[in-house]
Amino acid sequence: MSVTAPPALYSDVIRDRWRHPRRRGDLAGATAVAEDVNPLCGDRVRMMLQVRDDRISAARFLGDSCAICTASADVVAELVEGRRAAEAAALDVSDVLDVLQSDVRPTRMRCVTLPLTVLGAALGVKA
Amino acid sequence: MRLDEITRPDFPILERIVNGRPLVYLDSAASSQKPRTVLEAMTRYYERSHSNVHRSIHTLGEEATELYEIARDRVQRFIGAPAREEVILTRGTTDGLNLVADAIAQTLRPGDEILITEMEHHSNVIPWQMAARRTGATVKAIPVTGDGFLDLAAYERLLGERTRVVAFTHVSNVLGTITPVADICRRARSVGAFTVVDGAQAVPHMAVDMAELGCDFYVFSSHKILGPTGIGVLWGRRAVLERLEPTRGGGEMIKEVWIDRAQWNDLPWRFEPGTPPIAEAIGLTAAIEYLEKLSMERIQEHGRELTALCVEALSAVVGVTVYGPRQPEQRGAVVAFSVEGLHPHDVAALLDAEGIAVRAGHHCAQPLMRCLGVTGTSRASFSVFNSPEDVDRLATAVAGLSSAL
Repeated sequence: MSVTAPPALYSDVIRDRWRHPRRRGDLAGATAVAEDVNPLCGDRVRMMLQVRDDRISAARFLGDSCAICTASADVVAELVEGRRAAEAAALDVSDVLDVLQSDVRPTRMRCVTLPLTVLGAALGVKA
Repeated sequence: MRLDEITRPDFPILERIVNGRPLVYLDSAASSQKPRTVLEAMTRYYERSHSNVHRSIHTLGEEATELYEIARDRVQRFIGAPAREEVILTRGTTDGLNLVADAIAQTLRPGDEILITEMEHHSNVIPWQMAARRTGATVKAIPVTGDGFLDLAAYERLLGERTRVVAFTHVSNVLGTITPVADICRRARSVGAFTVVDGAQAVPHMAVDMAELGCDFYVFSSHKILGPTGIGVLWGRRAVLERLEPTRGGGEMIKEVWIDRAQWNDLPWRFEPGTPPIAEAIGLTAAIEYLEKLSMERIQEHGRELTALCVEALSAVVGVTVYGPRQPEQRGAVVAFSVEGLHPHDVAALLDAEGIAVRAGHHCAQPLMRCLGVTGTSRASFSVFNSPEDVDRLATAVAGLSSAL
């Protein structure tokens, strides 16, 4: 059986962050936590934040999710660290896509936005 | 000649190139493709005979009515239903299950029990949860064993005089498991419970006979048996249908109407309010004629061969887990699998990049996913047009996945 390597479907950033996420893990002492699922696929993302004096000092995520969703959660957690809560809540999907360096097809856009929705919930923002 | 060699030219969509490769369509369990005869029958109807049915006293109205009612006769024969009045045309399996659940709910009382199984599609879970919430009944589930069968000993323990409904699938849309419908129904009948069978994944692949199965209700969709979307079948035992009140009102389902009351129409129209999906019924007739011409026995044999081939080929790939019973004669033509270290959606996306369409995710069966200890799986499913080469292309592509991400 010959093995053909499929074409690169995801950007290098997505592939790298899927294999080696920087912000994946538990966060002891988290002060703001939220979790949600993608009803399309059942993916689950939990976002944990440590907020001190209105500033996010640390962010971690845990989840059972695809490469795009995992990479997105990793980017979101990284981007919000050091930001004020209001700045973090203003984070847009385009900010995440910029870091991922990838076009995402409409059917997979929820994979990118789920971590942002969870972040909003953790920060007490109504989606 | 193999079945796929005969049928492939009949499916125009199989000529498509997807992402630079000829399409390999392995998602018929979600929705099958349509042979040209189905498409032509529907077009011909719209071009020549379209009109509303049953009350239009003109030539087109008569033609449309006759064509619509022919669909009922074809379905009756196809599923071995004792009477045409027992064949209710719905919008699909989900619609049919909701219709049955709503109708049965009118007979439920607090403390009554509805028995489903852990391997149900959400469409055979949620309508019962809703019925339970409205009536004070409770929903319980027959567990699934480690090798993918219903735990029939547990069924015996769960079954009791409070059991009012036993609702279960004929073929699991994930594991492929064929359930012992006749046995389950016989036991349910002994406690006086209604039996409701979700046949969505069975009817595409095997001959079904209502007289043999012994259930009270049997439900399936047209779009999974090569017919159009938007129409399905609810078969109900006449004696049971006659006891149940309709829950949806409108034209067609009445005989006579006053401002404050109405008299219901006869079966089956009592359960078919409003203008039905007429073109879709005509498409369904064409689909059934197509299947019967091939013979359901031959279709089942073809599905078994491909399933056996697929289970064997995928099991041979390092890091791949295949779910469901091992024996091909105990399963329908679906093969759910997972690839170690890869999320099912990524598997599906990577296979799509090679022109291979599979389903991925929870397959609307989250309780079963929890039993399997996974968020989701990837699933290949087969129809009359799939070939051993399709299975080979899938297995080859899956073998190359571990290096892809």
